[in-house]
Amino acid sequence: MRNSNEIIDDIANREYEFGFTTDIEMDMAPVGLNEDTIRFISAKKEEPQWMLEWRLKGFQAFKKMQFPKWQHFEMPELDLQKLSYYAAPKKKKQLNSLDEVDPELLATFEKLGIPINEQKALAGVAVDVVFDSVSVATTFKEKLNELGIIFCSFGEAVRTHPDLVKKYLGTVVPHSDNIFAALNAAVFSDGSFVYIPKGVRCPMELSTYFRINAENTGQFERTLIIADDNAYVSYLEGCTAPKRDENQLHAAVVELIAMDHAEIKYSTVQNWYPGDKDGNGGIYNFVTKRGICKGNSSKISWTQVETGSAITWKYPSVILQGDDAEGEFYSVAVTRNKQIADTGTKMYHLGRNTRSRIISKGISAGHSDNTYRGLVQVGPRAANARNFTQCDSLLIGDRCGAHTFPYIESRNSTATVEHEATTSKIGEDQIFYLNQRGIDTEKAVALIVNGYAQEVLNQLPMEFAVEARKLLSITLEGSVG
Amino acid sequence: MLTIKNLHAEVDGKQILKGINLEIRKGEMHAIMGPNGSGKSSLSSVLAGRENYTVTQGEVIFEGKNLLDMAPEDRAREGLFMAFQYPVEIPGVSNLHFLKTALNEIRAYHNLPALESKEFLKLTKEKQQLVDFNANLMNRSLNEGFSGGEKKRNEVFQLAMLDPKLAILDETDSGLDIDALRIVAAGVNKLRSADKAFMVITHYQRLLEYIVPDFVHVLYNGQIVKTGTKELALELEEKGYDWLKEEVHQKESV
Repeated sequence: MRNSNEIIDDIANREYEFGFTTDIEMDMAPVGLNEDTIRFISAKKEEPQWMLEWRLKGFQAFKKMQFPKWQHFEMPELDLQKLSYYAAPKKKKQLNSLDEVDPELLATFEKLGIPINEQKALAGVAVDVVFDSVSVATTFKEKLNELGIIFCSFGEAVRTHPDLVKKYLGTVVPHSDNIFAALNAAVFSDGSFVYIPKGVRCPMELSTYFRINAENTGQFERTLIIADDNAYVSYLEGCTAPKRDENQLHAAVVELIAMDHAEIKYSTVQNWYPGDKDGNGGIYNFVTKRGICKGNSSKISWTQVETGSAITWKYPSVILQGDDAEGEFYSVAVTRNKQIADTGTKMYHLGRNTRSRIISKGISAGHSDNTYRGLVQVGPRAANARNFTQCDSLLIGDRCGAHTFPYIESRNSTATVEHEATTSKIGEDQIFYLNQRGIDTEKAVALIVNGYAQEVLNQLPMEFAVEARKLLSITLEGSVG
Repeated sequence: MLTIKNLHAEVDGKQILKGINLEIRKGEMHAIMGPNGSGKSSLSSVLAGRENYTVTQGEVIFEGKNLLDMAPEDRAREGLFMAFQYPVEIPGVSNLHFLKTALNEIRAYHNLPALESKEFLKLTKEKQQLVDFNANLMNRSLNEGFSGGEKKRNEVFQLAMLDPKLAILDETDSGLDIDALRIVAAGVNKLRSADKAFMVITHYQRLLEYIVPDFVHVLYNGQIVKTGTKELALELEEKGYDWLKEEVHQKESV
């Protein structure tokens, strides 16, 4: 019997053939990266001149940059000239019923408790009339419109709100920030745009699920969220359902801007295809996420649950510019088999009385490598800045690795910076104790791991948290014993 | 209910149990006493199925089934409960969530539906009052930051909740002050019934003043060297274990 990984590989490879070796499809940019590619993309998207120029600036920066060398893993060979940077959104093959869906995928949906209609939508099955997600999305949109909230695709925002995009684009993650951000600036496919006007509290969690309904945003997503004075928004990215994609490199950019007394909460659940147990295939998830607390007493909070991808490499960060601003980073990163995660955060304290809190929980199993890397920087003006960092590593088995690289730079003597770190193994005693109460080892591990990640999971919006818990349990199935 | 026949077991190649024979019937309270290193805790570990113990000889029949063939979780689901000498802490997992998981796993094993939250909470309240367990501790992380006494009382609370057929109390009295000891013993006494059996492992006779055993067995050097009633415990308290050790050595030299 073929195992699921073989099937997945098979499908991935087949897609690859169709995706990249077909000769001249109308809606396909030629393979390779040069100015013509970028002009082609921009023209296809019917972008204004300023957008094209910004992309070209990104490309100029990109050409001068090299891959970094400081990461705690071996950089895979990436030939960026071999990728195709534009393909018109592909129509997914429509299946007629769930019977046609890979049973393995269905089993996972089942375990995650995803409702049947959502399963269909995720697996690309034609959705029946009862579940009309388009009308759901429309209802939401009307409600948001009434409040003056803008929530649309990035491409749409470029057309309909050029002034806002121009004003904020690249102000947090410049086009020349790092090689992947520069690449994204040059070739970004699409993404989300959110603007919450002054004094408005967004009444619902915004998630891409409602915005796009399975529209393919491609591998270079770009998200820009602005919360004006006294505004609040909670944004959810990703999905607990396993996500497969033929594009190996994902280099997204997320920019958050919080004005006076504004708050942005950004939650991510990432479950991209991690590759097979020998580390073949899998997504490289190289993302630049950064927020700026521009206004006084503003707050930005990142929460992430990372279980997928062959390599996860990202540091969602906060620039605490306004006085009394607050930054938070809550992270659970799970690695198994040969997965790699090098993740953490950067907190830049610039304003007075700024506070930051970092809670990182790494869980490694199998032959995986899990690294926390964090920077807490206190500037000379940041009187009474405070940081608390707690970073814990949990090991399952004895062939995995956990590493911690905390950097602290303080230029203000009134600052308080605290760092706590622990490394522990799931104890045989703990597992035996739970066994003795009738709980099998797999469930015992799930229980222990969920307990361990509790503090982070608590930060997620409730429904998301329930799914994330199940995801953690499923991810670690078979890692013990 | 439980029949142990000629049980031999070793740990790290060292022979610890050297032929244990014991019969426990429904409703009985058995006390296992003995000096340090005699194999008391090893016996409970072997029965519960701790991994690092290897059974080299003998058999254990529990309710008609071969106990030693079962995984630790199945032994628990069949109705064997061990109150640990050193209960572990599991941060972030609430006491109640843990108990609900355990209870429902056991129910599923017996093809019973999972308990509704309402029923579960009702049961929780009832048992918590029965064994006088501090309600504030129920929502805390499992044993995390509990005092020694609170941990032991939590073991008795779990015992009440999971309602096993056979409960092994492994030195539940160790580290308890006299008040905590009384409460723990009172809890255990309330749980005694005609269809439940207990095996109480202890160093001291003190616990047996509160939990009165039907039988007292003395374990020495991996074997049960003497069996008696509660009077034996008193005798041991008074005279220590040395006279028994000598008896054993005399027998051996004959």
